[in-house]
Amino acid sequence: MSDFVNDFWNMYVIVIVLGSILACAVLLIVQGKATFTPGKTMGHVWDETLEEYNNPMPKWWSWMFVITVVFALVYLALYPGLGNFKGMLNWTSVGQHTTEVQKMDAAVKPLFDKYMAMDIKAVAGDKQAMEMGKRMYLTYCMQCHGADARGAKGFPNLTNSDWQWGGEPDQIKATIAEGRMGIMPPHAQLGADTVKDLANYVRSLSGLPNDAVRTARGQEAFSSAGCIGCHGADGTGMQALGAPNLTDKVWLYGSSEAVITETITNGRQNKMPAWKDFLGDAKIHLLSAYVLSLSQGAK
Amino acid sequence: MLKHEQIEKNVGLLFILTLFVVLWGGLLEIVPLFFQKSTTTPVEGVKPYTAEQLAGREVYLREGCYNCHSQMIRPFRAETERYGHYSVAGEFVYDHPFQWGSKRTGPDLQRVGGRYSDEWQRAHLINPRDVVPESNMPAFAFLANTKAKDSVAADIEAKMGVMRTYANMRGIPTYSNEEIKGAKATIGDKTELDVLITYLQGLGTALSTMK
Repeated sequence: MSDFVNDFWNMYVIVIVLGSILACAVLLIVQGKATFTPGKTMGHVWDETLEEYNNPMPKWWSWMFVITVVFALVYLALYPGLGNFKGMLNWTSVGQHTTEVQKMDAAVKPLFDKYMAMDIKAVAGDKQAMEMGKRMYLTYCMQCHGADARGAKGFPNLTNSDWQWGGEPDQIKATIAEGRMGIMPPHAQLGADTVKDLANYVRSLSGLPNDAVRTARGQEAFSSAGCIGCHGADGTGMQALGAPNLTDKVWLYGSSEAVITETITNGRQNKMPAWKDFLGDAKIHLLSAYVLSLSQGAK
Repeated sequence: MLKHEQIEKNVGLLFILTLFVVLWGGLLEIVPLFFQKSTTTPVEGVKPYTAEQLAGREVYLREGCYNCHSQMIRPFRAETERYGHYSVAGEFVYDHPFQWGSKRTGPDLQRVGGRYSDEWQRAHLINPRDVVPESNMPAFAFLANTKAKDSVAADIEAKMGVMRTYANMRGIPTYSNEEIKGAKATIGDKTELDVLITYLQGLGTALSTMK
């Protein structure tokens, strides 16, 4: 099937390409037959004494032009260039890419197959797998979670033992493959004062300095405003909902009263993109193991 | 027959002949592209930019993002592994001018749409080093200070009209009168930062990313 809207353009390209090459060849032949009188100048003088001889080009130079003509014809016979003619090599840039990918995939498939057959926990203990995992992490994950995997404000630290959505191998794998959507609804309707009470209570949960009076009121609001629905009565959170544990020392957005107030007032929306379509199961398996390995030994 | 000397001594003639030589190449390298299906028809899923995306694209152009970011994934494994499916001509039919770029100080952005969350894009544009400490990208926090309708989207209806003219020349789907009329309303009070993120999040999503 032709890519051109009609066959005219096919011919158009062929005629211009071959015509141009032919014109070059003719020019070379004609010029090759020209006679030169040795020592004769071009007939003009610059800057009083500067003259130019009218000598033929060196032969090797003329031959280079001949070679370009031959090269062009050979190239056009082998590669696509003449309109719809595909060239004798049947080369396409897409074909070249496919071959390159297939070759590499075939080379790494045994490795990925080996690790796919292994449990994620076992993969996490494999040195070579972790080197592969690290390279993939640095390509696909470091933009949000950081080159050192310690995250940033709003982007979880992967090196500690705190997990928003669960730290079991299968949970990590699900997080990477399917992505996660974390939503803390806004609670501005509670009023600035109550929000401040809540912020103080939340700070008290992890042993941060707080106003005792506000904390007492906040504790009450924590149940009455429905915070316990996601964060639990004891504030330890619920991984199935991605609701963070409020009693530990890990803060995704910050632990100051001002930031917590902002979190409660405006809510938070956070998204881990889904990677299964882009990376595929085998890479995600390795990455899950790598992420798991990052937190091993963390308290 | 023209003599070398005649051409050399006549600037007008030299100019015309030089122009002819340059244009001769264009006959082959440019003209046929207007008559190739792969360059003139959108690939499945590629749609005209929404008013908001178009305004965001305007920010992208104004800030010169193309100076450091390409939007062109070449068909090499090293690129498709990192960025996703290689670019195809039919993805750029609504790009006037296209943003292929030629320099990658930063990564390619052709398939950045959906790769990161909106929140990441926001944090990263406000100060790239908040999320990527090693980054040398300038901060674009000031984009949050201006409403799109006061700058890039001030004449969005006219811009969409021009885009529609281009699309009609190729006979491909384009904006309706209602869409152009309602353009300002869809942008509302969004800032330049908001519309830029919308533009970025729509980039390259038509072709499913390859494994």
